[in-house]
Amino acid sequence: MAFAQQSSPHARRARSTSQVMLWVILAALPGLLAQTLFFGWGNLINVVWCIAVALASEAAILKLRNKPIAFFLKDNTAAVTGLLLGLSLPQFAPWWVSGIAVISAIVMAKQLYGGLGSNPFNPAMVGYALVLISFPVAMTTNWADPALLWQGAPSFTDTLRAIASVQQTVVDGWTMATPLDEYKHKIGSLTAAEVTSHPSFGDGVARGWEWVNAAFLAGGLVLIGLRIITWHIPVSVLAGLAIMSLAFGSNADQYAPLSLHLLAGGTMLGAFFIATDPVSAATSHQGKLIYGAGIGVLIYLIRTWGSYPDAVAFSVLLMNFAVPFIDHYTPPRTYGHHKARRGVPGRTQG
Amino acid sequence: MTQLWDFSGGIHPDENKHQSTARPIRAAVLPEHLILPLQQHIGEPATALVKVGDRVLKGEKIADVTNGLGVPVHAPTSGIIESIAQLPVPHPSGMTDWCITLRPDGEDQWVELQPVADYRSLERDQVLDMIRDAGIAGLGGAGFPTDIKLRPPRDRKVATLILNGAECEPYITADDMTMRERAGEVLAGFKVMAWLLRPERCVIGIEDNKPEAIAALRAATEGTQIEMAVIPTKYPSGGEKQLIQILTGMEVPSGGIPADIGVMCQNIGTAVAISQLIVEGKPLISRTITITGEAVREPGNFEALIGTPVQHLLEQAGLQPDQVNRLVMGGPMMGYILTTTAVPIVKTSNCVIAATASELPAPPPEQACIRCGMCAEACPMELLPQQLFWYSKATEFEKAEHLNLFDCIECGACSYVCPSSIPLVQYYRYAKGEIRVQRAEQLKADRARERFEARQERLEREQQEKEQRRKERAKAAAEAQAKKKAEAEKAAAEGEAVDERSAKAALVQQALARKKAKTEAAATAKEPAAAPSEPAVEKPDLEALEKQLTQAQAKLETMQGMLEDAKAQQADNVDKLERAVAKNHDRVDRAQKALTEAREQLARNTETQSPD
Repeated sequence: MAFAQQSSPHARRARSTSQVMLWVILAALPGLLAQTLFFGWGNLINVVWCIAVALASEAAILKLRNKPIAFFLKDNTAAVTGLLLGLSLPQFAPWWVSGIAVISAIVMAKQLYGGLGSNPFNPAMVGYALVLISFPVAMTTNWADPALLWQGAPSFTDTLRAIASVQQTVVDGWTMATPLDEYKHKIGSLTAAEVTSHPSFGDGVARGWEWVNAAFLAGGLVLIGLRIITWHIPVSVLAGLAIMSLAFGSNADQYAPLSLHLLAGGTMLGAFFIATDPVSAATSHQGKLIYGAGIGVLIYLIRTWGSYPDAVAFSVLLMNFAVPFIDHYTPPRTYGHHKARRGVPGRTQG
Repeated sequence: MTQLWDFSGGIHPDENKHQSTARPIRAAVLPEHLILPLQQHIGEPATALVKVGDRVLKGEKIADVTNGLGVPVHAPTSGIIESIAQLPVPHPSGMTDWCITLRPDGEDQWVELQPVADYRSLERDQVLDMIRDAGIAGLGGAGFPTDIKLRPPRDRKVATLILNGAECEPYITADDMTMRERAGEVLAGFKVMAWLLRPERCVIGIEDNKPEAIAALRAATEGTQIEMAVIPTKYPSGGEKQLIQILTGMEVPSGGIPADIGVMCQNIGTAVAISQLIVEGKPLISRTITITGEAVREPGNFEALIGTPVQHLLEQAGLQPDQVNRLVMGGPMMGYILTTTAVPIVKTSNCVIAATASELPAPPPEQACIRCGMCAEACPMELLPQQLFWYSKATEFEKAEHLNLFDCIECGACSYVCPSSIPLVQYYRYAKGEIRVQRAEQLKADRARERFEARQERLEREQQEKEQRRKERAKAAAEAQAKKKAEAEKAAAEGEAVDERSAKAALVQQALARKKAKTEAAATAKEPAAAPSEPAVEKPDLEALEKQLTQAQAKLETMQGMLEDAKAQQADNVDKLERAVAKNHDRVDRAQKALTEAREQLARNTETQSPD
């Protein structure tokens, strides 16, 4: 009898990275559904397009790198990157803008650093930041005016034609700045009540946006429930943002209120789906709390005093820079040790 | 209700315990051979006390450790010693080791047993010696000799004695079934340990997935002071460090032992072995072992003699040989692979899993680490498995060590949860092995350096000593020379000094030589025929003078050489030598005078001789 040779453990849980990523995709679907319901077909088309470009560029690079293509595509991580970009880009962003975002995410931010697991920066956010800086007009004017799908949002074909840049004008009447952008630019001259009387704010916080954020929140809670992500990063992101908002922007006639920060932009998508990208996030629980809180604080700072309406991408990227530093000083205290061994070998005692 | 704490991390793998708890513990049929490795656990290997061909009785000591840590091995049944040879032993490496092979004679004849009526009437040391003599080593983990463990250092008073009935590894039910069926023995053994250690608190920890065992032990502990702690099922709660944390809230210090915090854990099987020793006088010759897995038709527990080949036990459990894909000694989390069924079970063997390919499938190919952190969530030691993996893979061992690699208990929880199917534990073992090798090499290098430095020092010292001796010799020689000179001077003062005389003689000789040359020249010029007659007169004198000249010259050379040596070495006899040389100069001057005189005399002689 020849027996299998394997070192312990011999049993393993049957949850693969592919499945983890599949769960992330599934958990994002409620948000996508809400986006489609309130903003029309734009996000859905973007998601499909971005995933397709992501898989294609991943495959191309894998081929160049002489890596098994099917094996790596099956891990679903490229698909997740495409999905996240599709969810966060403006609904009517032209195909080439989203294409450039995805290609730079996969090729530059991920594969050039060595592929899955080696990228120091969140690939989707690298792509997003790149197109936001390069094409500010396309990235700020193509947001859909919230209109219910069944109440006359642009049709699927119109949306497709707009995105394909065949006929941009078909959606002209349907675009607007995001509520955060709107609020930021008008609060200087108007009162909060006047600003929010604009139809895009609706009866609640921000028409459509509030539901989209709620859906991403729900999806994120599912991920926490499935133990695919831990609560540390989302909670600290939201807490960091909330504390900043309460401390500095409690006057709604001067600054966007907390409710708008939490529910109007990409906050929930960012907190639960983007900041939690494990590859580029901090490692230990303590580190995750610092990392998340940093993102929350930066989101507030950039949104309020920066020149960009939303700030998830820049905040995540800036905190990605800080991850090695955070990791260095936040290892957990190991069982049987009095305190954690911080810093580098030889220079600290522990 | 006992207060419980939780430990960090942990996992909930499929338990797979029900398969082997359906049947009561069966007594294994006597095998044809029993193979008894001389080293069955941690410590020194035992030395055989028997020879091939000896007949031994059941329970007879057949091997013992005379030097160092270890316990004896006993014959599990009566029979003939068939061989003492290298045979495969249960070890992760699949290595062979020295084993005594016993062929049972079927009579199962015991040695005379000496049970103890009341162990409390004995000295504690006597009981501990009995435990050692009975060959009892921990039946759960590494097999540490029980008597040594029960003798903690004086300053480490054991306040809490824990009986580990957690048995958290999937598949294994040996302790569970033992507690169910032999609760009385478990308790009796535990009481002996408690008597030996006199702890303040005795507690039995059992996972809540063993209701029958809990009930049995509850009944047995009724009315005693022994606590029953039913703990939540979570792997690895049966790990010593984790169980201590659950039951006491304390952590064993890194690099320390439980006794450092006044705690000791003992195994269920060990308690039974001690009970059998005290009550029946029997040494440790058998143990309960789980034989399970989908490749056996009747999985269950066996009371098997130590040394029973695994093949024999698998057959009794209904092995389907074509179904076995993986043969695991131990549990599916921490057990190791057996390469052959010919290996025997030893004192520490608690389970054999004959798994089918679908039961414990080969892992899918390793994917990239996505730093998801599930490993850190699962780690019961609160390590950072992904960082350890990263550094181990990159051979940055210093950093891995800094992140407490050596606190890893290799429980396998991280590998179990890893979605990228990375064999994390294997990487840690590799890193630990490499670090150990490096340390050993460092030690070797340090020793070599020390040796080299010591040698250099020794050579230098020897060189100095040699130099010193040379100087002393030179000094002694110079003194001797000076003494001689002084004596010679004395002699010269008394009469004519040998040196002076020889110097004079030399000068005379030179003069004679010159004279002779002149004479010869004159002779050849004037009267060649007369020449032959002359040497007959002068020859003997010339020869003697020549000899004296050579001797005097040699003496002078030696003396000058000595003076130079003495100067070069700055010896303290330089002054003397210089004085001697100065005197010599005087002598030379005098000799010069003598030479002039001699020349004149010779000249006169020639004048007298020349006219023919």
